[in-house]
Amino acid sequence: MHLALFLIFAIFCLGGAINLLLQTHPINSALSLIVVMSSLAVLYLLLGAEFLAIAQIIVYAGAVMVLFTFVVMLLNVGEEEKTHGSKIAKAVGFPAVAVILGVIATIILQAQKQLGHVSLSDGITTTQELSRVLFHDLLLPFELTSVLILVAILGAVALARKEGHS
Amino acid sequence: MIPSSWYLILSALLFAMGVVGFLIKRNLITVFMSIELMLNAVNLSFVTFAHEWHAVKGQIFVFFVMVVAAAEAAVGLAIIIAIFRSRATLNVDQIDLMKL
Repeated sequence: MHLALFLIFAIFCLGGAINLLLQTHPINSALSLIVVMSSLAVLYLLLGAEFLAIAQIIVYAGAVMVLFTFVVMLLNVGEEEKTHGSKIAKAVGFPAVAVILGVIATIILQAQKQLGHVSLSDGITTTQELSRVLFHDLLLPFELTSVLILVAILGAVALARKEGHS
Repeated sequence: MIPSSWYLILSALLFAMGVVGFLIKRNLITVFMSIELMLNAVNLSFVTFAHEWHAVKGQIFVFFVMVVAAAEAAVGLAIIIAIFRSRATLNVDQIDLMKL
């Protein structure tokens, strides 16, 4: 059961990510990113993180992606222009990606014996446990993020406002 | 029952795809989406390790990453709107004022 769910949603994830790379229109890329984020939410649920799964859907697949599609529609973006791009990025970037992926994969496969298994019977981290840590041990960082969000709102409004009105 | 390493491999693959998208995409919004993809890939690693070591703080970290990513998306998209207003293009090859 777990294996089937993992495989289905891992394939959705990877398919969405590949589709994001292949599509030329930004709105199609945005929709495939929504697929990736929703399947990640299911994977979080499989790992027992129920709060994060819902937060992933509400914050990422909901709020952030609505913002993205909104900007795509607002700016009326058309098909992507195919320009050659930077040669250095292609010459250094792709080998670097391959090396990083290879190194990470080898490390993970070597450490596979020490890592455990994931199964559906592991139980979930309840929101109660999560909030106890969040509002008890990590109260200061939590309050700091609210300041961060306030600054981000002000910054976004200041940046997106039409000049000349001020 | 499946090994935790499968989740980590999936996360590494998603991250690599994010980097590739960042390199090959020429539209500013799609480049920004690739960055979000990388953030999500790292979040999956965090949740896997939090499950592995039964550490609630790993999940709290993902929560903070989500908060910061939401703030970053709002500011980033506002910057994209400002750039589009002054240059009327979203092609990253034409937005190269600060390039050497």
